[in-house]
Amino acid sequence: MSDMDEMEDGSGIVKKFMFLNRKAPHGTVYALEGLEVVLITAAFDQDVSMVFTDDGVYQLLKGIDTKGIEVKDFSKTYRALDGYDIEKLYVDQSSIDARGLTEDDLIVDVTVLSVSEMANLMAEQDVVISF
Amino acid sequence: MPMVNIAGKDYEAVEEKVELTEGHWEVVNFLREYYAEYQIAPAVRVLTKAIGKKLGPDKGNNKYLYELFPYGPAKQACKIAGLPKPTGCI
Repeated sequence: MSDMDEMEDGSGIVKKFMFLNRKAPHGTVYALEGLEVVLITAAFDQDVSMVFTDDGVYQLLKGIDTKGIEVKDFSKTYRALDGYDIEKLYVDQSSIDARGLTEDDLIVDVTVLSVSEMANLMAEQDVVISF
Repeated sequence: MPMVNIAGKDYEAVEEKVELTEGHWEVVNFLREYYAEYQIAPAVRVLTKAIGKKLGPDKGNNKYLYELFPYGPAKQACKIAGLPKPTGCI
């Protein structure tokens, strides 16, 4: 309930946050924890970009089934990002190419960027956090 | 006493001191559907917006939702719905 109240005294400072997601979704807690930090950052009305690179692109795969490993399938949560006004989702071209994936394999709409485009985007940020 | 069904078991909704009306159930059921679809409980702002989209602007506003759930629509309604606290709720 408190996020509504907290926003009022944040004195309206908006920073550009980029969250880099580099690891496969399960096996470590990075992807899930990173996603949670993203949602909290958005609740504080910040400018949020998410980047999926290296094995991080697997976080966005369609049709993930976690029954066999008995962990929560949080891949559906990426589809809730839109409701949190998080619309800037970027995927590294070479990472999906190297894994034989295309945009059609991903659960949400993303913008695919080359390494140099990604570097420019990263240079524009106030804060870059890597998970 | 109004009953809440969580995971097949019936519980009395007395602890929250909320008399569950049809309006409360709309929100509780909405939260459960949201959780089933996205695997998270929405933050207040997101809940308010999503309720407005589904049930109309007279219900998708803070005044209406706080009247139903005085301890915060997201936190209290999630508790009654048997869901975890919303992400970002401190």
